[in-house]
Amino acid sequence: MTVAVNPSQTGEPVFYVADEHPHPEGYSTSLGFWIYLMSDCLIFAMLFAAFGVLGANYAAGPAPKDLFDLNLVAVNTSMLLLSSITYGFAMLTMQQNKIAQTQMWLAITGLFGVAFISIELTEFAHMIHEGATPQRSAFLSSFFTLVGTHGLHVSCGLIWLVTLMVQVWRFGLIEANRRRLMCLSMFWHFLDVVWIGVFTFVYLLGVLR
Amino acid sequence: MSPDLLKLIFGRLGLDSLPLHEPILVATFVMVALCGGALFAGVTYFRLWGYLWREWFTTVDHKRIGIMYMILGIVMLLRGFADALMMRAQQALAFNGSEGFLPAHHYDQVFTAHGVIMIFFVAMPLVTGLMNYVVPLQIGARDVSFPFLNNFSFWMTVGGAVLVMASLFIGEFARTGWLAYPPLSNIGYSPDVGVDYYIWALQVAGVGTTLSGINLICTIVKLRCPGMTMMKMPVFTWTALCTNILIVASFPVLTVVLALLSLDRYVGTNFFTNDFGGSPMMYVNLIWIWGHPEVYILVLPAFGIFSEVTSTFSGKRLFGYTSMVYATVVITILSYLVWLHHFFTMGSGASVNSFFGITTMIISIPTGAKMFNWLFTMYRGRIRFELPMLWTIAFMLTFVLGGMTGVLLAVPPADFVLHNSLFLIAHFHNVIIGGVVFGAFAGINYWFPKAFGFKLDPFWGKLSFWFWVTGFYMAFMPLYVLGLMGVTRRLRVFDDPSLQIWFVIAAIGAGLVFLGILCMLMQFAVSFLKREQLKDVTGDPWDARTLEWATSSPPPDYNFAFTPVVHDNDAWWDMKKRGYQRPLTGFKPIHMPSSTGTGIILAGLATAMGFGLIWYIWWLAAASFIAMLAVGIGHTFNYHRDFDIPADDVIRAEDSRTKLLAGAK
Repeated sequence: MTVAVNPSQTGEPVFYVADEHPHPEGYSTSLGFWIYLMSDCLIFAMLFAAFGVLGANYAAGPAPKDLFDLNLVAVNTSMLLLSSITYGFAMLTMQQNKIAQTQMWLAITGLFGVAFISIELTEFAHMIHEGATPQRSAFLSSFFTLVGTHGLHVSCGLIWLVTLMVQVWRFGLIEANRRRLMCLSMFWHFLDVVWIGVFTFVYLLGVLR
Repeated sequence: MSPDLLKLIFGRLGLDSLPLHEPILVATFVMVALCGGALFAGVTYFRLWGYLWREWFTTVDHKRIGIMYMILGIVMLLRGFADALMMRAQQALAFNGSEGFLPAHHYDQVFTAHGVIMIFFVAMPLVTGLMNYVVPLQIGARDVSFPFLNNFSFWMTVGGAVLVMASLFIGEFARTGWLAYPPLSNIGYSPDVGVDYYIWALQVAGVGTTLSGINLICTIVKLRCPGMTMMKMPVFTWTALCTNILIVASFPVLTVVLALLSLDRYVGTNFFTNDFGGSPMMYVNLIWIWGHPEVYILVLPAFGIFSEVTSTFSGKRLFGYTSMVYATVVITILSYLVWLHHFFTMGSGASVNSFFGITTMIISIPTGAKMFNWLFTMYRGRIRFELPMLWTIAFMLTFVLGGMTGVLLAVPPADFVLHNSLFLIAHFHNVIIGGVVFGAFAGINYWFPKAFGFKLDPFWGKLSFWFWVTGFYMAFMPLYVLGLMGVTRRLRVFDDPSLQIWFVIAAIGAGLVFLGILCMLMQFAVSFLKREQLKDVTGDPWDARTLEWATSSPPPDYNFAFTPVVHDNDAWWDMKKRGYQRPLTGFKPIHMPSSTGTGIILAGLATAMGFGLIWYIWWLAAASFIAMLAVGIGHTFNYHRDFDIPADDVIRAEDSRTKLLAGAK
């Protein structure tokens, strides 16, 4: 706690804070959000584990080699990685109090995010069209669930991003909004890290298998 | 109306979903409707709705939320125990060609609901309620880190409970056992709504539990008062910290497992199916990776309560504080390394089984260390046999017994014989009732005067205590015997008449426990009527040792007029010993969070969404989901969530306490 305990000249023990200042608003937020992210990380860990167990159970259906177009996935990955960089630019401009530029970088981040989701949905549609549905085999069930959960997270992030842009536009870069942008930043980068896991373990290793 | 339109509006909900053909359920419904109607009418007649809404439903005060958790737990205890009585009666009757009084269809729901309710909606709310109430007071904080989230978490737990209760009268509950193993719980074998009720009740409540876990971790890590280093925290706070870490690190697993099961059921994926490469055993693994930490989530706070109670009522500092803390942390870690002992018979092979058998046995070491710490705390203490202490002693005897049978079950070859037998049932009731339930009762009796300003009546409390303890032993010792004879769990009728006597004894035991529960309700009523005689004006009725006793009973909204400064493990004891003078002047306005109705609204929408998903009422699910999103986002546009309690109000509250204290002298 950041309060001065009243100094005791006489050597008497001090049992209470006479001159107290409340904790600043959002005092626990970054810790709380971090713990939330770790719980979310566990959700992905479980989905990775499920994929690890079931990922080779093709049930005489299509295997990764037949399905994955690594070029498309590479483009998709770069969309997400670029969006992380642009979010970083948004945070830098936020620290310089440049509202317009912050908003611009946030918007670019959002566009990259939308591109990522669109490519992912195209890929899903293509697979389903070819008969590789989530119902086809345990491999496809766990593939669609893991990748889809990540996509769902990115979509939630996009809704959140738009909400924050509205709030920054209405109320400016006030302390509360900065804190919120920081939380979304952690969330966004977290999803990026998870995607690197997905790219490596699901796509690259899948095609090698 | 055309069937298609009806299906669009009501999904698979129809008039035949109401269990009108089951007399037991109809009678229960009439009873519940009458009591509920009377309650509703009473609240309306006394014009209490506004008061309840303003002061309780929308409150963000951790103390009131804690009390509401306790009420939820006790109400659900009545429901869960009714199920227990029915099972005991059924098993005592169903001999010599008799089918008992419960048809198989109903009996299977009863044992599933009993397990689900007792763990998720009795034990969890009781434990969470006590942590919510006590932890901020023990660490000298004004509230939890995220007060709004706390309110939301509570109402999500209520939402889950509402769904379970709804399954009693609308449709049916799962018939799968409390962990809903596939393939039985998959759509092919459980096509009706039972398992869907199970899934959505736990998902809705699980969100609340996870968020409340995050909240309490932050509270303990960030909001301790000056001077309270980690190794000066009261042991209950330590156990609360470890429990909430376990919650955050295990409930997401449950969320995923249930989500995958719902995908199997709703979308037709193949995670836990028998064909297309699915693996039912993966479900069993995953759910126990949550399930085993869960039992420590429940019992660690109980250990904390016993630590507080033992040192208070022995008039001594807790023996071996440091070892107590380390034992708690070690249990926290080990609880993740034992899950496979729940299914040694799966066929993982001797090496894997040995590993998990050994880790399971190792857990008994820190637990044993705790037991000796409590014994040494009592040794040469001036023990006062008040109610909390009585429950603690009953715990120590009962829990050691349950722990020993647990170590026995941890031996894989023995487990092959005892797996899924009544021996196992006896074992886990022995540790959960003897540990968690007795702990909750010790905690209720211990902290009740803090929460309400008067003690609980000792006469009815002792009556309840003796009925509970003797009833427990009568109800579960016969199950050990039956289990050793090879009787498996979840049976509805029996062929061998020589077994009946044991089931009759167990049923009588359950009857005694029932009397214990009645006496406890009586204890609450009598104490309320005698509240003037039982009044506590000092704020410290037990001559206790930790900070929550430094403030008045009940504490003011702001807990402490001045944030305390701590120098010792037993902070309040230290303050009393070193002549602490309560400050009488210099009060300032106090910054506090404001109440909000968003939590209850969001949780209500989540419950409606669950109901829609259970009954395939897709429009309801979609509409509630969109509404949740809108309300949630709308809430973030409110930037003014705090207010200041004016200094005048603080002065008024503190002056009235000064008068009370002067009167007490």
